[in-house]
Amino acid sequence: MNDKQKKNLARIIIAAALLIALNFVETAGVTRFIFYLVPYLIVGYDILLKAFHGLKNLRALDESLLMTIATVGAFALAIHDDGDYNEAIAVMLFYQIGEWFQSYAVGRSRKNISELMDIRPDFANIETDDGLEQVDPDEVEVGTIIVVQPGEKIPIDGVIVDGNSTLNTVALTGESLPREVSTGDEVISGCINLNGVLKIRTTKEFDESTASKILELVEDASSRKSKSENFITKFARIYTPAVVICAALLAIVPPIFTGDWGTWIYRALIFLVISCPCALVISIPLSFFAGIGGASRDGILIKGSNFLETLAEVKTVVMDKTGTLTQGSFDVDAVHSKNLNFDAEKLLHLAAHVERYSTHPIANSLRKAYPHEHDDCTVDNVEEIAGRGIRATINGQVVCVGNEKFMTDVGAQAVHCHKVGTVIHVAVDGQYAGHVVISDAIKPHAKESVTDMKNSGVEKIFMLTGDSEKIASKVAAELGIENYRSELLPADKVTEFEKILSASNGKVAFVGDGINDAPVLSRADVGIAMGALGSDAAIEAADVVLMDDDPLKISRAIKISRKCLAIVKQNIVFAIGVKFACLILGAIGIANMWAAIFADVGVMILAVLNSIRTLVVPKTN
Amino acid sequence: MKKTYKIDVDCANCASLMEDEAKKTSGVKDAVVNFMTLKMKVEFDDGVEPREVMERVRENCKRVEKDCEIFL
Repeated sequence: MNDKQKKNLARIIIAAALLIALNFVETAGVTRFIFYLVPYLIVGYDILLKAFHGLKNLRALDESLLMTIATVGAFALAIHDDGDYNEAIAVMLFYQIGEWFQSYAVGRSRKNISELMDIRPDFANIETDDGLEQVDPDEVEVGTIIVVQPGEKIPIDGVIVDGNSTLNTVALTGESLPREVSTGDEVISGCINLNGVLKIRTTKEFDESTASKILELVEDASSRKSKSENFITKFARIYTPAVVICAALLAIVPPIFTGDWGTWIYRALIFLVISCPCALVISIPLSFFAGIGGASRDGILIKGSNFLETLAEVKTVVMDKTGTLTQGSFDVDAVHSKNLNFDAEKLLHLAAHVERYSTHPIANSLRKAYPHEHDDCTVDNVEEIAGRGIRATINGQVVCVGNEKFMTDVGAQAVHCHKVGTVIHVAVDGQYAGHVVISDAIKPHAKESVTDMKNSGVEKIFMLTGDSEKIASKVAAELGIENYRSELLPADKVTEFEKILSASNGKVAFVGDGINDAPVLSRADVGIAMGALGSDAAIEAADVVLMDDDPLKISRAIKISRKCLAIVKQNIVFAIGVKFACLILGAIGIANMWAAIFADVGVMILAVLNSIRTLVVPKTN
Repeated sequence: MKKTYKIDVDCANCASLMEDEAKKTSGVKDAVVNFMTLKMKVEFDDGVEPREVMERVRENCKRVEKDCEIFL
């Protein structure tokens, strides 16, 4: 609570206590009026001043002015009728309670959300002659060596020049498993250094570092207004003048015929109390802000309220296979020896040697599967044959590693493999030795994510891949994806995606790794980039950025957005509904001033409480 | 040129009034007020002095909403 809130709370309590006390005091006439004026002025003097100020600047529909007219009018009616000033004071009192609550609730959620995003580093340590000096990270130039002690946040992106440690990346990725780092590793700002002291050479300026970028992104996100927000702004612009005009008509037209001025002016005052659009104007942006904040705690960055809204309407999800659903790194799945002279171990050994100098992902995986590749075997005459494979002489034997065509070329009889994946054949001195099957493993949560998406209302899921039909169908079947397109060249992906886009009736999301599918990302209604931590290009191209590469985050992002939008819709329907109901009931004389107070303040409080629910991120089941 | 300023204002409606006023101020190309983060992002016309423009923006905002503040 800030000072202003404390002061206003005190005013509200004193005025309320006074009002209750006055009801036990027998007074009449002018004394009574003056007595009741005291709590009214205590709780409402600033509103009266504001109303006067607004009037001076010709702002007829100022909220304070409307409240002032409503309460002063109620006072006047009370003097005229029965001297019951309770209603007039209550209107002002509850209006102030509403204002106070709104300010408190918004302040609290503002604080909560900024705590969630507590990744802004406050200082950087620089080594000087007399020990460490704390400086503003803004002043650190690129290439400076900074020191990060255990428990501190890494302030600026850089490369470790000395030290080993584990990093907590939970604030950035939502991933609670700590990451091991050592000399030579790149680290990003916002991570918390858990144990060792790290010396880091900065590679970026503070403003360009990951933590600053993410913060800017999240803060800007709520400035990109959604359709619902625009609707409410427009609605508010029409609503208040319309209600005020109705109030004026209500106060003048019927009494001309009936002559019952008091009743109709009272009903017009009810209208003025309900005329404030506060509940809507505050609760809708608050819901979006809380939704975006809650998602960012989970490592899901949504770049605007508008994207959150579109994400909630997604009916079709198109996913890239490699890197999104699968690891994107190839692993040796099986080694089948087809020649008694070469067992599986020996086969892998030879294949790894041949691929010693290649940088192809397949070569990497072969070397990874045979870690002792650098032994004392001699590897000579390495020769790469395009579209076939690699030939090398190992300990005097000519070893050919490659596809089936290569085997035919060297006169070896390749044996088909029953396993699905990339099959690497090996021939030694023209004799077929066997083959190694390499496949891209499916990510642990991929299947769960697909099921989750279907459960939360995604109607169609497509998978696009450049891989062979056989591999694509196997992965799709395993994950429960009915629609897939295989053997696509990068350019085909765009055309294929556009076909899906034009054939679908709801919104279409595309999920990719953000590196080579930027054109498709930008074509989609919502582009989602995965594992984008540290990749500026991906963050630039996508509308939603998943900080790590867990596929479960896709379904989670959709769930969060749906929950947020549901709350937004509830608030719109509820607030407008109650207000209109009270207007109608007030006009025909069923609803009194107390109902109007509820329609104004009560609705606002309930709508704000409801929007705070967005902060609670739905659990994945 | 774009600059971001911290602001203080009590209600969401007042924040959008401030936005309207800021947009109308001469020297301002575009302005966005974010009530949730209490920030005003102002894009200035070419060749104007942001500080001078912002003084005017603050004056205009204070006219519509007495309690608001822009921290320059």
